[in-house]
Amino acid sequence: MMNCKQATRLLSERMERPLTAKEKVALTMHITICSGCKQFGKQMKELRNISKCYMKEENKHPKK
Amino acid sequence: MTLISSNNEMSSQSIFHDQHFIHSLRQQMLKFAMLQIHDEHLAEDAVQEAMISAYQHIDKFKRQAALKTWIFAILKNKLIDLLRKEKHTTAISQLEEGCSQGDSLMEKLFNDHGHWHKHEKPVKWEQPDTGIENEHFWRVFDTCLNALPERYGRFFMMREFLELDSSEICQNEAISTNHLNVTLYRARVRLRECLENNWYESEKSQ
Repeated sequence: MMNCKQATRLLSERMERPLTAKEKVALTMHITICSGCKQFGKQMKELRNISKCYMKEENKHPKK
Repeated sequence: MTLISSNNEMSSQSIFHDQHFIHSLRQQMLKFAMLQIHDEHLAEDAVQEAMISAYQHIDKFKRQAALKTWIFAILKNKLIDLLRKEKHTTAISQLEEGCSQGDSLMEKLFNDHGHWHKHEKPVKWEQPDTGIENEHFWRVFDTCLNALPERYGRFFMMREFLELDSSEICQNEAISTNHLNVTLYRARVRLRECLENNWYESEKSQ
């Protein structure tokens, strides 16, 4: 069974490359029982969005 | 009458006359450029060129925000060009300090079995979107970004701010995909932790 360290590594790597079928299965199994890693996965996507906004507005200016 | 310019021109020109705005814009651009290329002169030049391009197309901008978006896009392209040209002589020494080195934060977050320590488990970020409209959020984000080890911050910015492909970064920096992925992973873990502690959790407790 995959541990949280391995799961978070894959959740970051998922932002870089498509995961293999095997990785996907193992990750899904882990995430269904681990709320921490589930949040971590969502937050990886959130970090990407935040970075996009940072560049777009170069901040300080609320979005219209 | 040449002395009477149109209203549009007046308002566009006035953007460049807002010294406070231009000064802080320049500082932001410089900070951004310096994180990407470590040569101060090259960074200054890139910022200067982007400023000049913006000035030459001054009539395009009616708002400061529009100028900012545009000028950062120019700067971004200039930095990408520079990064592509630059053959990194530092790559080998970076490899040596490389990815085999441990990261103390990892031990703090995960126990011996590689599971989250109870109190380090990520929690749900309530209304993550609200942060983006909040000036204080961006200050926290800046602080967290600056707190990253230099190499982490650099690769993270190349990937997420300049939106370079992983393969392109690896090529430019002469590093392996694995090295990049480990570094990005650690950068994200740190940023996430810092944002959660200093923004999402502190918002909740207020």
